[in-house]
Parts: sequence; C-alpha cells; structure tokens
Amino acid sequence: MDLHVVAPLPSPAERAAVDALLDPVLGPATTWSGGARAIGADGRAARGGHAARARRDLLLPALHALMDRVGWISPPGLGYVARRLTVPPAEAYGVATFYALFSTTERPAAVIHACDDIACRDAGGETLCADLERRLGPAGHPAPGAPATWLRSPCLGRCELAPAALVTVAGEQPRAVELAPADAANVRAAVEGNPTRSAPLAASLPQLGTPGRRITGRIGVVDPASLADYRAHGGYRALARVLAIGPEQTIAEVTASGLVGRGGAAFPTGRKWAAVAAQPARPRYVVCNADESEPGTFKDRVVMEGDPFALVEAMTIEGIAVGAETGYLYLRGEYPLAEARLRHAIAEAESAGLLGPAILGTEHAFRIELRRGAGAYICGEETALLGSIEGRRGEPRNKPPFPVEVGLFGKPTAINNVETLVNLPLILADDGAAEAYAQIGTPGSRGPKLFCLSGAVARPGVYEVDFGVTLGELLALAGGVPEGRSLRTILLGGAAGVFVGPDALGMPLTLEGARAAGATLGSGVVMAFDEQADLAGTLRRIAAFFRDESCGQCVPCRVGTVRQEELLARLERTVAAGGMPDAGQLGLLRELGQAMRDASICGLGQTASSAIESALRIPGLVAG
Amino acid sequence: MSGQEHGGHTRGFELFHIFQELPARSSEIPVAPEPDPTEPVALTVDDRPVEVAPGETILDACRALGVETPTLCHAPNLTPVNACRVCVVEVEGQRTLAPACSRRAEAGMVVRTETERVRTARKVVLELLGSSVDLSLAGRHQPDGGLAGWMERYDADPARFGPAAAPAEAGERDARPTGHHHVPDGSAAETVAQPVKVDNDLYVRDYSKCILCYKCVEACGTDAQFTFAIAVAGRGFDARISTEWDVPLPTSACVYCGNCIGVCPTGALMFRSEHEMRAAGTWDESAQTVTETICPYCGVGCTLELHVQEDQVVKVLSPSDSSVTGGHLCIKGRFGSSFVNEKPGR
Repeated sequence: MDLHVVAPLPSPAERAAVDALLDPVLGPATTWSGGARAIGADGRAARGGHAARARRDLLLPALHALMDRVGWISPPGLGYVARRLTVPPAEAYGVATFYALFSTTERPAAVIHACDDIACRDAGGETLCADLERRLGPAGHPAPGAPATWLRSPCLGRCELAPAALVTVAGEQPRAVELAPADAANVRAAVEGNPTRSAPLAASLPQLGTPGRRITGRIGVVDPASLADYRAHGGYRALARVLAIGPEQTIAEVTASGLVGRGGAAFPTGRKWAAVAAQPARPRYVVCNADESEPGTFKDRVVMEGDPFALVEAMTIEGIAVGAETGYLYLRGEYPLAEARLRHAIAEAESAGLLGPAILGTEHAFRIELRRGAGAYICGEETALLGSIEGRRGEPRNKPPFPVEVGLFGKPTAINNVETLVNLPLILADDGAAEAYAQIGTPGSRGPKLFCLSGAVARPGVYEVDFGVTLGELLALAGGVPEGRSLRTILLGGAAGVFVGPDALGMPLTLEGARAAGATLGSGVVMAFDEQADLAGTLRRIAAFFRDESCGQCVPCRVGTVRQEELLARLERTVAAGGMPDAGQLGLLRELGQAMRDASICGLGQTASSAIESALRIPGLVAG
Repeated sequence: MSGQEHGGHTRGFELFHIFQELPARSSEIPVAPEPDPTEPVALTVDDRPVEVAPGETILDACRALGVETPTLCHAPNLTPVNACRVCVVEVEGQRTLAPACSRRAEAGMVVRTETERVRTARKVVLELLGSSVDLSLAGRHQPDGGLAGWMERYDADPARFGPAAAPAEAGERDARPTGHHHVPDGSAAETVAQPVKVDNDLYVRDYSKCILCYKCVEACGTDAQFTFAIAVAGRGFDARISTEWDVPLPTSACVYCGNCIGVCPTGALMFRSEHEMRAAGTWDESAQTVTETICPYCGVGCTLELHVQEDQVVKVLSPSDSSVTGGHLCIKGRFGSSFVNEKPGR
C-alpha cells in the first residue's frame, strides 16, 4: 500500500526508542520506512514492504516504546511507527486512541493513575483523588510546566491493599511503580524517583505459612527470581514428565483431571486442547490471558509475582500438548512488577534450555513472547486479546469460528487464563496425579480455587481453598467482617458478577452451587460491603466502568452502557431526594439489561448490567 | 440523456454480458475449479423449512422465505461486521441471540425471529440508535423496509431514554480521552450530535448521523479501495470514524473515490451537492430520475447510476450487484459528471 504520512520528522528520542525495538527484528530503517537513503548490501535503498507489514503485531510494543520514552504518542512519532511497520496512519491512530494507557496529547512525563474503582473508592481512593486534585489540578488537566499529572483509573488489581495507585514516569530510564496502599507521601516519592516501601507478602496472601496449599504453596517460599530455587521446590518435574509421556497422554490426563477454565467461562481445559491439537492448520499458538482486569481481581498478579516460573512451565507444557511452538503471554499493562519477574523467568528458562528450539534436548521447540496490554478491560475477552496481540484495536470477534479453529493470526489457538495454567504442574507432575486432582473439590467443580477477598473483611487477600467451601466459611477464613460492623452484601465475580445478600452465606462456592443461586464465581471476586458502604455510588462506578471500557463496536453495549449510567444517575438523584425509585425507570433498566445481555457481541456487554440488576433485586439494598 | 422514473433502471448496455459469453480463447487461461457439489443446508425459520446454499447466512434464509429482517450495517458487497445488531434472531440452543447477517446457516438450525427476546432486543437497539443518532435519513435504501417502518413494527420509542443532551462543539468528540468521561447527572441522553464536517468540494461528513457501522472503513480499506484514509478511533461511546489525528480529508490519504458514501446507510456521508441542496430545501427525490449508464472515462466500463434532478446530475452511485464495480467507483466515475451539468458545452 502507498502510505500517506503527513507528519514532520520524529525527534531523535522518539526515533531511537522505536528503532531500539524494531531494528533487531526488521533491520535498520530504510528509505521505505522513514530512514536515511543508504544502499544496503543487496544494492537496494528501500526495503520493508511485506516483511514489515507482516509484523503489525509490533505496533503495540512500538507505541509502548514511545510512551515509555517521551510520555506520549506525538504525530511524528506515530507517523514514524506507521512507516516502519507499513501500517496506515489512520489505523495506527485508531489503535493508539483505543487504549487508555496511551496518550495522544502531550502531558508531563510522570502520570499518577489513582484507582477510584469499587474496592478503592471507599477505602481512601477518593481521599487520594481529592488530594491529587488539590496539588495537581483536575484529573488529566496538568497546569503548564507541572512535573506530573494524575488520572482516575479503573481497578489496578491491588484491592487487598486499597487504595492503589500506579505511577509511570517516562524517560530514558522509564519507571513504573505500583503503590498499595497509596497515599500522598508515597505517590510523591514515586514521582520523584525515591524508593517506596511495599507491603509484606502476607498482606496479599494471608495464608502464607499455612500448609496444604497446592497452587500458592511456593509463593513466599521460593525466590521468584531463582530458577534453581523453583526446581528445588518441585518445579519443572511436570514438564519433564510431559516430555516423556507425550502430547496425547498429556491431554488425556488434563481431561481426566476435570480441570476447567478459571477465567470465568469454566470451559473444560482438556477439551479445548484436544480441539486445537486436532486442527490440521499450522502453526498453532498458545496464548496466556494474563490481562486480569475484572474489578476486584488480583489473584493472577499474586501468582505471577510470587511464582513466575510456574506460569512459564505451564505454558511450555501447553505448547507441547497442543503442538504449538510459540506462546504469547498477554499481561495487563498495569502490572510492571509481574512483567519484570516474568521477563526474568522467561530469560532464565531460555538460558537453561527449558525454552527454545530443543526443550531439555528433545525435538520440542517452544518460546514465549510477553506482550504488555495498554489499559483496556475488553482485552481480557479472548478474541479482543487476540486482536490486541495482532496490533489492532481490542475489538471482540464473532464466535463461531472459535479461537481453537481460527485464533491468533487466523490459526488454531489455545487460550487459557493464568490460574488455569498454574494448575497444570499439579496435574501432570506424577503418575496418577490427575486422578488425585479429580478427587479435590466436588464432582461438578474439581480442584483448588483462588478467591480474591476485599472490602469489609478483616484480612483481605488471595485465598486458596478447595471448591466446595461455603461463602460463609471463606469469609470466616478472612476474619469475617471487622469488629463492630455488619455485612450488608457481597459482590461475587466482580463488576460482571452479582450482588448477593447475607442469606447467601451458606452457598457452596462451586460452579454448580453458584449457578443454582443465580450467581457466578466469575474471576473469583468476593468483595464484602458493610452497612456504611455507599452502594448507590458503587453501582454508579460499575456503570461508569462499563461505559469507559466498552470497545464501542456493537450498539447494545456502546449506547446501552451510556444509557445504563444515565438511568442510574436518575435513580440515585431520586433516592437522594428521599423519593422512591420510579417503577417505569426500573423496568426500562431491566429491559435495557435484557437487550444488552441478548444482543451484545461479547461478554462485556452481555454482563454489563448483571451486578446492577442483581443489586436492585435485593429489597432495600440501594433504595432506602 | 435518457432516463426513467426513480426506481426503474435503464439496462441498455449489454456489452459486458456479450463478452462474458464468448468462449475462452485459449485453454491456457486459468479457470476456477468447479465448486464441489454440496448439499444445500436445510433449516427452519419460524417453523418454516428452508434450504440455502452452504456458506449462506441466516439472513439469506430469512430473505428466501420473505421473513422481513431489519439490517443497517449489512451490505451485500462488504464483509459483515454485525455491529448494529438490529438483525438478531434466536437460534435454539444458543445462550445469546445471533446476528442473522453473519451467522452461517447450519443444517438443522431452528431459527425464530418473532420471539419476545428478539422483539425486545430489536426494539431496544432501535431505541438506543434513535436516542443517540440522527436517523432521519437512515435505512432508506436497506432491503426489508425503512427505519420508520421498523420503529413502528417494534414499537420503539427512543424518547424513553430522556431528552437529548446538547450537541458537542466541533472537534470536541474527536478529542475525548480514552477511558475517561464526564459523569452524567441523568437529566439528558447523550448523543453523537456535532457540526457537519465540510472540508472539501466533493463530499461532507455529518457524524451526527453516524451509527458506527464500519461500512465506510471497510470500503476505504480491504473491501474495496485499499486506501485506509479512515479508521475507527477512540473507544466506547466516544468511538468515531476518523482520519489520523482528525486531519481534514484533503490532508489525509483520501482519494475521493466516494465509496464510503456509496455504502453509508444513514446519510452521514453525502455528496456535497446533495448536502447543499438539502440545506437549501431544493433536494427532491420525487423529482429525480435514475439513469444507468457506463462511465465515460477509462476502459473498465463501470456501471453508473446517475441521479438527475432538473437536468443536473446530483449524485452518482453504482449498483452493488454490478459484476464490474461491485458497487464501488473511483473519483472520476463518482464525481466526474460535472461536465454534463455545464449546459453551454453540451
């Protein structure tokens, strides 16, 4: 295609940032792709075209490179990326403006992303926002010459230590610091580049030190940076056994274990793998969905930060099982610590021959590419995630065809969530382990399960239990509602989940138990609200979240999420004025919810009304 | 210039059909292999049995039975994006409704188009569109009736969502930050209303009428023109069709083929001539004739439909079922008729 790039030349810093990423893959820029005229060894001055166009998947990494270096995506910077990758500038602009972590307007190098989502807002998040507004002006509107600006952020996945903030500072040595609990002092320290203290691991994993945990057992025990330590604690035994028993037996054992996806849809993992392995098309891909963004969810983060090699080993096992040689690990952009630890783990595994062209000396090849998300909840939807890896807007695709047939780059793809994958070493490490695994939990929900407890509980954090404990038992494990307060409602499954009342405490936490109660376990969120909680405000925040995170592709979700927020605003005003909610407005809200659930393309629109409707069904919860 | 009443087409020029019937000159010309003989796909729509060819959609099955199905983002000459969701139907055994325009018919499928769920979804989708977009010119040329008819059929009342909010200022919607919005107070329903973009002599972009059906992006891109001057930018309700950095069309990669106008189902993209006549109140479709002819410029021989009012060519389209154009033209065919309008030179 004939690119039409009108912008002026990129700055040396922008060019260097992009070149550092792309030169090793594509070679230096030529006259075709925005470089200087220089005759290459093949006698040509312009190379690019097909080779560059085939690497559109580098678009997001290139935009990240600009953000990290200069703090925003300028017209010349975007134009240069577009030329180097032969992406039409209008499309590149469409991608750059899709992701909330990218900025197409100039702003200070330091940006404070303050979480005001459902777990943080009542736990000091709004106080922090008010303080930031006092010091730095309104969100997103920095004063001229200000050293930093701030933005409100959706859930940052640190709900157990609310309120959370993420500070990013662009420059030659870009920094990203996660703060939880965040306050004025540590935010300032992070902006200025001074060290900040992080909370002890036990604050995120209260079960630390208690025995019997299967998935989280190594966290806090092994050094997350040490491959030797991981192997000393049973790591890579499963991979060695998988190489010995072969792909077919591996898939058979995963099927026999009864493992189902932990991302929310609960699809049998063995069946998914078998479907991919049966496809004639090649290459096949493995994708790990580490775009954990459901408000209230932080379990995958704790696992990836504490036991990164487990995920690397699990992805390798999956690749061997389905016959894929490349795996993509799509990590949400707000997890810089997990990113650093996973990158280190991947590099260590590569140097030890546990990743690469001949894994442990066998003919099996597998490599892992880590891709960083850029602030889009929708990219947790599997087909949107695929689009995002491919360098496109994170817009979900219609299913069928399903990714097992037509997935990444149009090829058969197995997509699994982090928690699902880290169950694999448990299932495959020993002969008979799969059968033993199938005995854990209940006949309908097998294995251990991670839950994310936050809100009004004494000891919030990630809890590992076997499927089958009741909601009440889980809350008790977390110390129950703090002394002197009383439980009003629990949000199960996150913003896309449902509110249940205290009468649901006897509900067994299983897939079938949740289904029977008209609830969902979703991503394992258990967020408790006491009688002081601002529930009307929480519902408004959920509605605002879906309005912000809708990709905008289909009408029911794009417009429906706006109308839902407006209807809630109306409802809130009525209730605040002491009135009763108007029955007609409530009916309209339900009708809108049904249309969104039935007619939206993907799970975001289909569940955007779920929590709100469930709250309005509980008598007296919101309205008086 | 010969012409007929609006709606009738002059199909005088048969040269291409003659060419197509000529025997192949040489056995060396590659010929596509015969498709494998395949069984038709049998399904039921509203309890009526119907057969369609493999690869055809539920919409094809509905149309074969005469089951009227509203569509906005669907066009026969574009890849379905199924973004508007007005065509959703219930497929037995499926959790959610399916877009008829893109879901392939499968043997044994049981499709229902008149259930309460389908009616509610179509009604609410029409209301969501009606409450956020200017639909005054929408869906007029879509098959199976126009938008007004669908609104009535599904008892859609966009006003249920409250009075429309004030329109945005020029450029305001193009500059909204992603992932952040003004919290509404619920007193009014937000819309996409904004001033018309007039930045060139050939066509205008009135995004107050845009339902974001992606058709123009597809026509500008891989479905027809491969120019990629426009794409969807932004996210959620703030998503919009945009050039890079919202630059005016003359600065963008646009080549003025006008294929985006040809596929726009809502009148958001419009010949400047039509836009100005509408503004002046002189646009009168009942006084227009449509003449089918062949483009006078190059040797491709594109089929043109000249829309003529008072002896002036006011709009040029091409039928989407034309084997030459597939409905798509270039700047000369689309906009090169002004010499016809110059009376002294005729």
